[in-house]
Amino acid sequence: MNNPNISVSRTQESLLSTNKVLKNTYMLLSMTLLFSGLTGFIGVSMQLGYGGALIADIVAIAMLWFVLPRTANSAAGIPVIFAITGLLGLGLGPILNHYLAMNPHIVTTALGGTGVIFLGLSGYALTTRKDFSFMAGFLMVGFFVVLGAALLNIFLGMPALALAVDAVIILIMSGFILFQTSAIINGGETNYIMATASLYLSILNLFQALLQLLGAFSDD
Amino acid sequence: MDWLEIGSALFLVAMMVFVFPRMRQALKYAPKGTSQDWIGLLVPILAVIGFVILLIMMV
Repeated sequence: MNNPNISVSRTQESLLSTNKVLKNTYMLLSMTLLFSGLTGFIGVSMQLGYGGALIADIVAIAMLWFVLPRTANSAAGIPVIFAITGLLGLGLGPILNHYLAMNPHIVTTALGGTGVIFLGLSGYALTTRKDFSFMAGFLMVGFFVVLGAALLNIFLGMPALALAVDAVIILIMSGFILFQTSAIINGGETNYIMATASLYLSILNLFQALLQLLGAFSDD
Repeated sequence: MDWLEIGSALFLVAMMVFVFPRMRQALKYAPKGTSQDWIGLLVPILAVIGFVILLIMMV
């Protein structure tokens, strides 16, 4: 016969482990966001060009694909995630410079808006404890299509397509935030470094898309 | 077309190549959502759309 005490103890153990992953993820996420804010500031001060930003982004994404998965289960994953987020923050330099010169209010609105959306969606996933794992296929297809549309627009240069891509990115990244938070709560994600990387990328893409959308619709 | 556009295009192609197998895997193995699940998703997504419209009106 099953012992109910053992079952309760296992449930508590699993809950404690989930809470630990969640706590560590949010702690590391806030530190990496602060760090990339600092490197973003350096990128703005240095007047980093779009070429330099592209190189920083390529190095960061290569590290994300090839280095982070090999180091995420050890302490070596921490400097790697800081290096990735630092480089991605630095890569924001030219776009921040562009909008700061245009209207600094756009940057602060996009920053605040991103914060509100992230906290709202995370809060929704945490309080409802819904399982959003069913969204995985939909989100990946959406992301793939958006990458294709962005690629196409490099050749077409259509402002309307660029706006549509930004709007869809906001929705897809919102979906990724719900999906990732629910994966942490429901035990689908047990590595806080990988969870941080995923949430960080969603926040970064959300911020960039919101910034471009607000910039396009502003009166300046 | 300058080297920056070529670099960006190559970067996007590399991302698509990297994402494609993950997309196939997700489509194959991810659980399917019920209509109730999708309705539950509508609430936060509509809230995000409304909030973004509000931000656009503010700038």
